[in-house]
Amino acid sequence: MAQGLTTADADGRDSVPPASSRRTWTVVSVLGEILMTIGVLLLLVVVYDLWWTNVVAEQQSASQREELQNTWRDQTNAASTLPIPAEAFGLMYIPRLKADVWGTPLIEGVEHADLAKGIGHFPDSAMPGEAGNAAFAGHRATNGEPLKNIDQLQLGDLVYLETGIGWYSYRLTGDKLVLPTDVWVVDPVPGQPPGTQPTQQLLTLITCNPRWGSTQRWVWWGELVDVRSKAQGPPDEVAQLAEGS
Amino acid sequence: MYAYLWQHLPGPTALKFVQAIVLFLIVVAVLFLWVFPWLVPLLPFNDVTVGAAAPIWLIGPA
Repeated sequence: MAQGLTTADADGRDSVPPASSRRTWTVVSVLGEILMTIGVLLLLVVVYDLWWTNVVAEQQSASQREELQNTWRDQTNAASTLPIPAEAFGLMYIPRLKADVWGTPLIEGVEHADLAKGIGHFPDSAMPGEAGNAAFAGHRATNGEPLKNIDQLQLGDLVYLETGIGWYSYRLTGDKLVLPTDVWVVDPVPGQPPGTQPTQQLLTLITCNPRWGSTQRWVWWGELVDVRSKAQGPPDEVAQLAEGS
Repeated sequence: MYAYLWQHLPGPTALKFVQAIVLFLIVVAVLFLWVFPWLVPLLPFNDVTVGAAAPIWLIGPA
């Protein structure tokens, strides 16, 4: 029995295998190559999303900031600026998140391309300093991930917005985890019936929760506590931290 | 299919190796510059805005 098997194997190795065996081998090897190719493609998607989108966002954000600061410097009539869709109109500074949100461009719009350049401003929401709710969304993972450390924010933290007109300081007043469908969080008066006339100047910051998922949104609200003109210069805290860096 | 490609690359093994690497890098560049930027926003990851119940890429953010 054992002797017979050995002979057959030796014969098989020396002679050409039958056509059906060669066909099976071809099918199996092509299938294997397809599976390996899919595996490599999936790995490349992960590399793209976790690494490359951050590289691109870093460059886009820096060029948007530079362009905006040049515009402000060359501008003689600062009050005439309305935000242009998909372009930067301001910068955000959060001392608590200084490593991530410091001169981060505020982009008009919350489309994917807008959020890859900085922090997006909901087009129908109030502008910084206006009565109502200035609502912003930013990535927490990938695409520059400005709000990756949103979990470190604390009640009472200050968020500074700089526009062509002035500096706006907002103090954070509360946060909430909501569903992606909870559009009321960007209402002029969040939590009140739609159409309620806004009396306060509010700020809303939205990102995803959990960090690598999209099942919830993490929302922080703040209220305006101080306004400074461009001539008055940046708020003390921003000026001090900028010097320290 | 890769064996077929390898057999049809001209030159000695070292040159074939270099050509294979270059071909791979071209594929990666096409994926990173055009294919993935189109594909990844369609995936249900990293949505950060609020909108209606339909998927965000069908209705646009609120």
